[in-house]
Amino acid sequence: MSDLLKTIGSMVVAAGLTLVSASMPATAAEKEKAEDGSRIEFGINEYSDLPARPHMVSAFTLKELSTTADHSKFKELQGPFKSGPEVTKACLSCHNKAGQQLRNNVHWTWEYTHPVTGQKLGKERLINNFCTNARGNEGMCAQCHAGFGRTSPDYDLDKVENIDCLACHESTGKYYKLPPTRGNKACAVMFEGKKPIDWAKTAQSVKMPGRNNCGMCHFYGGGGDNVKHGDLSSVLYDPPKDVDVHMSRDGAKLVCIDCHVGSGHKWAGSRYNMTVGDSGKRPAGAPRTKATCTSCHTDSPHNSTSITGIKLNGHVDKVACESCHIPAFARGGVATKIFWDWRTAGRLKNGEGYREEGYIQGNGKPRHTYKSIKGSFKYGENIRPVYRWFNGVMRYTTIDTRFDPSKPVQINYFSGSYDDPKSRIYPFKKMRTFQPYDKGNNTLVYMHLWGDDKDAFWGNYNFARAIARGMKDNGIPYSGEYGFVETWSWWPINHMVAPKEKAVQCEECHTRENGRLADLGGFYMPGRDRWWWLDLLGWLAIFGALALVVVHTIARIVMKNRYGAAPEGKE
Amino acid sequence: MPLRKRKDDGKLCAHVVIYTRYERFWHWTQAALIFTLAFTGLNIHGVYHVMSMETAVVTHDIAATLLILLWIFTTFWNFTTGNWKQFLPFLQVHPEDGRFVTGLKIFINRLWAVVRYYAWGILKGEPHPHKKTLQRKQNPLQALAYLTFMIVIGPALWISGIFYILYDLWNDFAGSQMWFQATVFVHTAAAFAMIAFVIIHVYMTTTGKTPLHYIKGMITGVEEVELSEIEKEYLETHAPDLLKDENASC
Repeated sequence: MSDLLKTIGSMVVAAGLTLVSASMPATAAEKEKAEDGSRIEFGINEYSDLPARPHMVSAFTLKELSTTADHSKFKELQGPFKSGPEVTKACLSCHNKAGQQLRNNVHWTWEYTHPVTGQKLGKERLINNFCTNARGNEGMCAQCHAGFGRTSPDYDLDKVENIDCLACHESTGKYYKLPPTRGNKACAVMFEGKKPIDWAKTAQSVKMPGRNNCGMCHFYGGGGDNVKHGDLSSVLYDPPKDVDVHMSRDGAKLVCIDCHVGSGHKWAGSRYNMTVGDSGKRPAGAPRTKATCTSCHTDSPHNSTSITGIKLNGHVDKVACESCHIPAFARGGVATKIFWDWRTAGRLKNGEGYREEGYIQGNGKPRHTYKSIKGSFKYGENIRPVYRWFNGVMRYTTIDTRFDPSKPVQINYFSGSYDDPKSRIYPFKKMRTFQPYDKGNNTLVYMHLWGDDKDAFWGNYNFARAIARGMKDNGIPYSGEYGFVETWSWWPINHMVAPKEKAVQCEECHTRENGRLADLGGFYMPGRDRWWWLDLLGWLAIFGALALVVVHTIARIVMKNRYGAAPEGKE
Repeated sequence: MPLRKRKDDGKLCAHVVIYTRYERFWHWTQAALIFTLAFTGLNIHGVYHVMSMETAVVTHDIAATLLILLWIFTTFWNFTTGNWKQFLPFLQVHPEDGRFVTGLKIFINRLWAVVRYYAWGILKGEPHPHKKTLQRKQNPLQALAYLTFMIVIGPALWISGIFYILYDLWNDFAGSQMWFQATVFVHTAAAFAMIAFVIIHVYMTTTGKTPLHYIKGMITGVEEVELSEIEKEYLETHAPDLLKDENASC
């Protein structure tokens, strides 16, 4: 058991991660059942060991080098600290504006009001088509909240000592946060016996955020490595150049905040309100403020002394850089989920939940294709994105949106067209899911997934109770009858930029058959499009001319035999 | 140098360099560029995939630029040398006094004679109704075809081509897509017309005395030409090296 404790203790709990390896420690019961040779493992163990993550420092920014303070020497940080909030108080005793800055930061508030649509968004409200809703399941989901003790939607955002500075700033690579509430017995086991955090040592390690700080949550969104985004995976901790030319140690060695720039705890790169079509222009000497390609590369990045370069620069007004420079996502050996079927969730074996590993991803690790708590999944790697006109404004189907369940429900949707100068052709990951909805009201539902009670789906496997409870807890009207509806969500692809030699080639779009842009309309694209009747007339002209040539030649030969050669020819 | 007179109408006939060195350079360079443009153009159009889109577009752009430069220079050459008159089909030589006259009727009669010849006469072994002269190197049908090439098909291609190649400089206004499609339409239509033209043109080169007679003429510049006494004297005096020999049969 001490081995088990040690192993679990070294786990890093990030966003409900599902990175489960075959060598994962198992309970005795699990071991017994696994030894029968099947690929089925019993129990709900979501977590496994992660490799040590070095705090990779950007070679690009001088932020690290230019620091004038060594936090390990500060008397405020010598401890002892008994809890996270105690550390935060120490931080705020010097950084006395940070609390107010975080007060408006989405990592802390989980709330976002879209400046264009006015929609109220954010993790605390939205329903996605992965684990569905964080709201009401904070006990599990808030491991990725930049705060301590977020157990329910009623969370005091003005209590700034609950802000978790360490999640984003510590650099030991060993930091973790326990779920703030207990889950069902079957789930709780995975957090037992974790090694206590050395708060003082962790506090003294603070730096500008490295990729392990961001990656701990953002690489594992949706419940596992690369599950959600497709272009954000643990490969980016230390990617080969082919996977990410910016983040690779053989490339530009950039970290997340080199692009997601900002100050005062506000930074660029919102997925709700994206910057599409930035010219990259700014006053001389002004710092970058946008997480756009053009903010470094300008809007004419290709060699303007070559015909190819000039032509490529001409594409920039209509085609997002990502469309050509990210030829595929989920590269580097870690798969992404592309399909999720909640309808199959809740199957039991011997009265217990179980899971199946039916997919071996590129790096050799198996991925779950079935889990009793979540349903069935399909994975993909090296996936060609779906391309759409996109003007940057994301709209959402929220809990109060009524929809037609006979058609797939767009969890998020957007507009854009050729004619809109603000739109670009943008790459997306399309996620398809069958998930519960309120059959009477035709709305999405909040599910009560996490909790040490009789309603939590994770442990009781009962949709009816989990939905009724989730809706009641949040004061949402519920018809009492649930069904399953197909939902789609769209994930803009921005990361995993390939070296330029690996960029999408002209004829992958400019082609008649099965091109990347085959289903985009509103414009004529050379190589893809034609007027069939003009082509028909053209070929009639060409083959007509050839036919004339053949007939005339034959006639000349035949007639020559009859009349003899022309007088001139006799000479 | 006494030239042999033809028996029937008493005209002189000689081998004369009627296609100057520049004219031949123009013709063959143009031929190579048009072939390149057609080959890469069809690749871009998606008819086949022999080379990458990038190679096809870059080659097409370079060949098009060279062809436009060639045409600019050739237009200059045509006007300065007076050669442009050769391409005016209505400008015909008067049958009696040998002067240029602008006559639709005489043109139509002579055009009809040539059309009739290619449709029928050539099969029966009749002589070609048009005799090449220094003033009229091309028969009326030929002149009409080349004029169409020069003022309809060619300009349709280079004007639409210039708009096409500079698309990125002018697409920045609402409704530009309509103009772009018009550009593409004209370019594609004219390209098909050009290919059809070239097919007939190449075939027509085989209708000389021997299948390669006209090709040879376009390479060496030498053709059998009817000369007037005045032309003969002019050539003997001012351009003896153009007058090859007297043993031609027109």
